Amino acid sequence: MDKTINQKAWFLVLPVFLVVAFSAVLPLMTVVNYSMQDTFGNNQFFWNGVGWFKELLDPSTDLGGRFLASLGRNLFFSMVILAIEVPLGIVVALSMPRQGWTVAACLVILALPLLIPWNVVGTIWQIFGRPDIGLLGYVLNHIGLDYNYVSNDIDAWVTVIVMDIWHWTSLVALLCYAGLKSIPEAYYQAAQIDGASRWAVFKAIQLPKMNRVLLIAVLLRFMDSFMIYTEPFVVTGGGPGNSTTFVSIELVKIALGQFDLGKAAALSLVYNLIILIVCWIFYTVMTNAGVERKVQAESEPAVEPKPSAALKPVPALKPKEGVA
Amino acid sequence: MHSIPGRRLIMGLFLVFLLLPIYWLVNMSFKTNAEIVSTMTLWPHSPTLQHYKRIFTDESWYSGYINSLEYVVLNTIISISVALPAAYAFSRYRFLGDKHLFFWLLSNRMAPAAVYALPFFNLYSAIGLFDTPWAVALAHCIFNVPLAVWILEGFVSGVPREIDETAFLDGYSFPRFFIRILVPLIASGIGVAAFFCFMFSWVELLLARTLTSVQAKPIAAIMTRTVSAAGMDWGLLAAAGVLTIIPGALVIWFVRNYIASGFALGRV
Repeated sequence: MDKTINQKAWFLVLPVFLVVAFSAVLPLMTVVNYSMQDTFGNNQFFWNGVGWFKELLDPSTDLGGRFLASLGRNLFFSMVILAIEVPLGIVVALSMPRQGWTVAACLVILALPLLIPWNVVGTIWQIFGRPDIGLLGYVLNHIGLDYNYVSNDIDAWVTVIVMDIWHWTSLVALLCYAGLKSIPEAYYQAAQIDGASRWAVFKAIQLPKMNRVLLIAVLLRFMDSFMIYTEPFVVTGGGPGNSTTFVSIELVKIALGQFDLGKAAALSLVYNLIILIVCWIFYTVMTNAGVERKVQAESEPAVEPKPSAALKPVPALKPKEGVA
Repeated sequence: MHSIPGRRLIMGLFLVFLLLPIYWLVNMSFKTNAEIVSTMTLWPHSPTLQHYKRIFTDESWYSGYINSLEYVVLNTIISISVALPAAYAFSRYRFLGDKHLFFWLLSNRMAPAAVYALPFFNLYSAIGLFDTPWAVALAHCIFNVPLAVWILEGFVSGVPREIDETAFLDGYSFPRFFIRILVPLIASGIGVAAFFCFMFSWVELLLARTLTSVQAKPIAAIMTRTVSAAGMDWGLLAAAGVLTIIPGALVIWFVRNYIASGFALGRV
């Protein structure tokens, strides 16, 4: 759809701008302010320039070591859960029943973990995994596995990862399901006439149709796992030792635990910057994908959606102006 | 829609995986603490309602639920009402800095709550909103408003432009067109956006806990009290957990038909 240029639209956006600026820009200024200063308490601050940032990025110091270690752990965690949740979510979406009351039942059960408060998710798995009173821990220990997430690093990691899969795979599955639902029946009939195999149908029809929702899924899952705090904090408290201390947990420890405002602020800014960059990459890719889809839909309606169009280097947002 | 072989088995196993930990929580909430600690039982052998009774009769417990619902509802109303006009603007017009503004909004949805915990604490203490539902409701706007704009923009774009033009030709003023024509047309979209605002505000704890101390403490923070000198009160913790699942389950039931397209944020 073509859009008209209208600067008055700013008045419609103004409320949103004010609300978000109030909760985003003001606090961020405080953070920037703190990140340049040092304090010995009593609200007396000293100029510290970029000292905290230097320390933060230098692995030999205490602060830098802790930051980089938690960053590494967090990235590893995000990669592992993405590698498991995305394929599993696709498989679950493909396994959805076709019609009848079971569809609604499956959807409701799938969505259930998403609406449980995050600390309760932690509590559920804390109870479920305990060797003395939890079903999982009890069963594992009785079939001869020495499982204890409180004292063993690997067990703690497995628990946190399985918990995240339990909590968030449904999101990926629901997104994929929405993508699959938008495929017209005619595509499948055409594929059947062509004698396409199950795998070919998946690759040529279903996967391209899920492209866009999958991108949203990966973006949301990466971001949310990158700032995960509550669930692992409740289950493991970041331990044993520091083995499940992710960036947010480290940050809250420094900010609210030790009240090291300068260090915490510097960490916050770098943390935010990483997120901003990743978010920008996703956003660019996503807008490009959206534009290509629109162009495709306008030029060749109801033709098999081959992903080949995605290879064409279409500059972002150009076609929109062209249509106008 | 074409499915894969063995789909019933896969779906069944996955649903069991989802429900088993929840079952265990429900199971524990009906047991006495003595039974929880002493034996491993798959269902409560001497079922009791004592934990639930305690929550519903002790004001310090049930007020937590009221506090939580209060800021969640406030936040949903604020988010939707400011996001609606903005969604219309982003969908229909191009204006100076629109792309950058949209990205900036989106980037706030992704900002880690841990970064904002301390500055929010300072900010809301300074303006005297600390420990009120308003503080939490406004703080949650940072991720819910962008999300609402994002979802609603998708739904507004689904409304043909001709409808706007016809309405304006018929002499509708902008506010009247907005309320009488556009809002009813995207009612399901508003429902979906409200659902998501509810969801993300309901599940968030870090900010809600940081911005409250006594008066507006959310239930999720009150739950940490079950740790006492006498050890954990597991039954009470489980019962409180079960009660936090119920509002979410109710909301899902109401939007079950829109849930799939809703999760795609109106962009399939």
